Amino acid sequence: MVQTFEPKTDYKVVGTRPIRHDGYDKVTGRAIYGGDTKLPGLIWGVCVRSPHAHARIKSIDTSAAEAMDGVFAVITGADMPKAPSKLVDLGEGNVNFKWASNKLMAQDKVLYKGHPVAAIAAIDRYVGEEAARKVVVEYEILASVTNVEDALADDAPVILEDLVGDDLGEDVANTNMAEHIRHEFGDVQGAMASAAHTIEREYNMQMVHQGYIEPHNATAFWDEEDRIKIWTSTQGAFPARAQIAGILQVDVSRVKVTPMEIGGGFGGKIPVYFEPIAALLSKHSSRPVKMVMERTAVFETTGPTPGGKMKIKLGADANGKLTAAEADIWFEAGANPGAMIGPAAMCVYAPYEIPNTRIDGWDVVVNKPKTAPYRAPGSPQVAFAMESAVDELCEQAGWDSMEFRVNNSSREGTRRGDGVLFSKIGMEEVLEAAKDSDHWKSPLGDAPEGKTRGRGIASGYWFNIGLKSSANLAVNADGTVTLTEGSTDIGGSRASMAMHVAEVLGLQAHDVRPQVVDTESVGYTDVTGGSRTTYATGYACWIAANNLVDVLKERVGVLWDISPEDVDFNDGVFSSKAEAEKIIGFKDLAEKLADLGGPATSTGSVDLESAGDGFGMHIVDVEIDTATGKTDVIRYTAIQDVGTAIHPSYVEGQLQGGAVQGIGWALNEEYFMTDEGSMANSSFLDYRMPTILDLPMIETVLVEVPNPLHPYGVRGVGETPICPPIAAIANAIKDALGVRLYSTPMNAGSILEALK
Amino acid sequence: MTTSSPSKVHIKTTINGQEHEILVPPYMSLLDTLRELIGLTGTKEGCLDGNCGACTVNLDGRIVDSCLVLGAEANGKEINTVEGMATPEGLHPLQQAFLEGAALQCGICTPGFLVAAKGLLDNEPSPSEGRIRHWLAGNLCRCTGYDKIVRAVQKAANS
Amino acid sequence: MHPFAYVAPGTVDEAVAVLNEHGDRARPLAGGTDLLVKARANVWELDAVVDIKNIPELMDLKVGNDGLSIGAGVPCYQVYENDTIAADYPGIVDGASIIGGIQVQSRAGLGGNLCNAAPSADGICPLIVHNAVAHIAGPNGTREVAVEDFCTGPSRTVLGQGELLVSISVPKPGDNFGAAYTRFIPRNEMDIAVAAVGVSVSLDSSGQNFESARIALASVGPTPILASAAGDSLAGKPVNEESIAAAAALAKEAATPITDMRGTVEQRKQLVEVLTARMINQAVERARG
Repeated sequence: MVQTFEPKTDYKVVGTRPIRHDGYDKVTGRAIYGGDTKLPGLIWGVCVRSPHAHARIKSIDTSAAEAMDGVFAVITGADMPKAPSKLVDLGEGNVNFKWASNKLMAQDKVLYKGHPVAAIAAIDRYVGEEAARKVVVEYEILASVTNVEDALADDAPVILEDLVGDDLGEDVANTNMAEHIRHEFGDVQGAMASAAHTIEREYNMQMVHQGYIEPHNATAFWDEEDRIKIWTSTQGAFPARAQIAGILQVDVSRVKVTPMEIGGGFGGKIPVYFEPIAALLSKHSSRPVKMVMERTAVFETTGPTPGGKMKIKLGADANGKLTAAEADIWFEAGANPGAMIGPAAMCVYAPYEIPNTRIDGWDVVVNKPKTAPYRAPGSPQVAFAMESAVDELCEQAGWDSMEFRVNNSSREGTRRGDGVLFSKIGMEEVLEAAKDSDHWKSPLGDAPEGKTRGRGIASGYWFNIGLKSSANLAVNADGTVTLTEGSTDIGGSRASMAMHVAEVLGLQAHDVRPQVVDTESVGYTDVTGGSRTTYATGYACWIAANNLVDVLKERVGVLWDISPEDVDFNDGVFSSKAEAEKIIGFKDLAEKLADLGGPATSTGSVDLESAGDGFGMHIVDVEIDTATGKTDVIRYTAIQDVGTAIHPSYVEGQLQGGAVQGIGWALNEEYFMTDEGSMANSSFLDYRMPTILDLPMIETVLVEVPNPLHPYGVRGVGETPICPPIAAIANAIKDALGVRLYSTPMNAGSILEALK
Repeated sequence: MTTSSPSKVHIKTTINGQEHEILVPPYMSLLDTLRELIGLTGTKEGCLDGNCGACTVNLDGRIVDSCLVLGAEANGKEINTVEGMATPEGLHPLQQAFLEGAALQCGICTPGFLVAAKGLLDNEPSPSEGRIRHWLAGNLCRCTGYDKIVRAVQKAANS
Repeated sequence: MHPFAYVAPGTVDEAVAVLNEHGDRARPLAGGTDLLVKARANVWELDAVVDIKNIPELMDLKVGNDGLSIGAGVPCYQVYENDTIAADYPGIVDGASIIGGIQVQSRAGLGGNLCNAAPSADGICPLIVHNAVAHIAGPNGTREVAVEDFCTGPSRTVLGQGELLVSISVPKPGDNFGAAYTRFIPRNEMDIAVAAVGVSVSLDSSGQNFESARIALASVGPTPILASAAGDSLAGKPVNEESIAAAAALAKEAATPITDMRGTVEQRKQLVEVLTARMINQAVERARG
């Protein structure tokens, strides 16, 4: 029986904006990120990488590298432990260890350009890089495929020879199609045939990257007892530990992962890349080894998000009600399966109530780096398709697209595309807030000469996840409380954890001192991702705080010689139920704890099956230079149901950051592939993420429909914001120019083409 | 390396007001010199090709990408990094404004933004929003969408 | 990256000697914003970098009645923060102020931008339309080369073994002269130009007619292109939409772009035509104002 909570209104700490506890370290440069790790005797690791997108390794000669002064060890795929095929749940997808191991260091074939084939431990990065250039590798180049169409063609080269594709339950061999799923409800054919209005369109998207500013890194030490210590920037120390142990073929308990501060992840730092390699280099050199990835390799060899192809067909009746929807989705997974077609299917129709639906999704292996989650993986893509199609359907039929969304809004009880029924959600409230927003009520204004303006809207959705988290609390004699938890802090979350505890205990946020700790200092905690951290880890902190109250009530019982059941606790004050004037505050009690039974500690943990869904709508105004195709975003508003905003500044920050990633995805970001199958633009110069000069202020509207599954009503907020922007911009461009784009990026060149 | 290793360069440089005298490999960047030889890891590595600004330091009064400066070039120069912004009296107004305004999420770009923004406010105490955005265009942030960063710089300018 | 030695000579002769000794395994280091990127990417294997920033002639910025002399190592910010240059040579400031961001402009200079000889360089077209001249020193003495003749291909220049760019001179423009430069980029900063156009015009004393004009194009050929036919077409013509459009069409014809990850042939040609017209208009405004 899942516990539900009534919304509160009288918060003392929740909803305030304290300075984050790690803030002083971060603005002074003291905070130690993964790349800053220092240990005595530390040496540096560098990878040797394949120049080819698909090739068999015929030979590797490392002798010249090994002979160099300053080189401590050289390893190749032959040194990787042979991992069996085994699935590990990372919280946002499963990992097959045999393939994951090969992905980190190719054993027989390279599957993407930049695929590591050897690694070197050297006295510093300069020597390491020179040594890497001396490794001689002989390749037999194979034909490569870098998009779904080529990969599915009859004559496509088979990338993973041992892949058995799953086509709706049927095994398929010799294929790049890893999985085909289907969800179907109602009578789609019949409803579509009798629809008064239909639209059918195809959309294409290029692969994009999360673009975090901090490159991947790992530091490892393999000691005399075969214990492996890892320091790394990761989105989950425990899932990382499981991956590392699995790839190195050691028990999980042999590996200790210390999460350092992390410079962005967005899903891309859930998989491990360097950790096992650094560990092996350490084993072979008897030194701690640090590896920091070059930016080119970050683009070429870590986990971007799938590009692909989508077909959407919608049917509606004469009254503007959607009656049927069909979606066919092909995503490129990269060199291993796992292109997040499942989540895409969950999200594609989510903002709408549609009685008859079909979704078919294909997960396709290509010679690109294995994709990783990127902030609501799969959802921004399908939102681009669906929200563009909805807009076009409205245009075609003469309907107002905002009112159409209101009339077809999903609500509690609506069936999602994969069959799950929504519980209490906030789509309708979001639409209300959008219509009521200053942006929506403001006129577009006139564009200067040579330019034209347009406005677009789009909805977006992410289901959010719960999963496992743990937290520990300990009371200090001065009335502060130490909190240790396992959720690596990418965006200010440790402050929100402390605020949960402070709210329960009647303390100030700064009286709770949060620490993010390693895998030997707290219970299992799943990734910081899936928009689960404030929800699930916050919940675990809340449980720990309530458990702490029980412990403290016992101590008060000892103090007053009464039963703990006769002790009340409200707003930070303990009182006797029998004698109302008998009270003691938290700080006073803390001072006395040493004599009342010793240290007061507690723990809390959760394994949450479901979370609260997150709905959003964005409004964007663009201004386009019709002679050059240059598009400027001149006004932007992100509206989202956030449940309850624990720390509103950081919730606003999630909306703003996700929106801007979506803007970059819409306008300029892409993997531009050469004919040889490599990424031509693998640098921040030509992989064009928005700069501060490319944007206006990003207005936010936080709608609060508390999530009954969380004690304070928290819904995950981090992922939904990246879902609406791409379609919102596509719709705005259509409004401005009268032409619609069906592919991303919608850059100046594409706009000029479309205007011809 | 083999016997033809080029000689290290002897440099004297002032970093955050303190004199340092060291030997640097001639090919080592100023960024690596600060992070590896001096031990100041506040300045960050993002791309090593001058496109993200995470490595921004102030060199003789101008903001530069330290990944594209050689350590050898620091000889006789004054360098100021993020570690030098606060004083015993307290944080620099920019640092305070970033904290109060939640102008950082993961924080990896923050040192670069702080040093770059200080380079602006030191010379132009009341920049417009457009000027702030133009000055900081060489600093990438992927987390915040820049909104709160601009507001924090404006707040610091007004304080 | 091949480990290179660092040398910081104090005179032109010393620098020339080191460069001559190593040939293409030594390069002058000015701002470092191209050199270090290329050395790290192993585009160049260097045994030595020659820091030229201690050589007075290469760091000198002279603004006088006969024009400008910009030392090869003078960073962009010194150019655009100079009030006289900003007032009298805004077309050069247009280019100098968009090479990278502020951090890059603290170090990178027009000299290095010219020697790097990227087809997309932002500093070269403004210099071409200002009739700038490159002053070179080498083992065989000194020589001068018009900036429009300096680049011979992508990353290739007329500099021979041991030769070093010392300075760039820009003659003082006459009255009724105006120049402007712009590029098209996908974002608002930090990008390599998809296409770029620099224009200078000299008007007659009435300001209603062109006496002469120079038009230079970047990113649409293996080197920056002096579009002579386009510029010459304005000589003697009235300043009106027709003559400007005709010149822009000729500029488009002079462009020889390729399709690559930054843009297509069609897009680049269209941009050349659009930007040329815009820059002629802006140059005229500056000439009149």
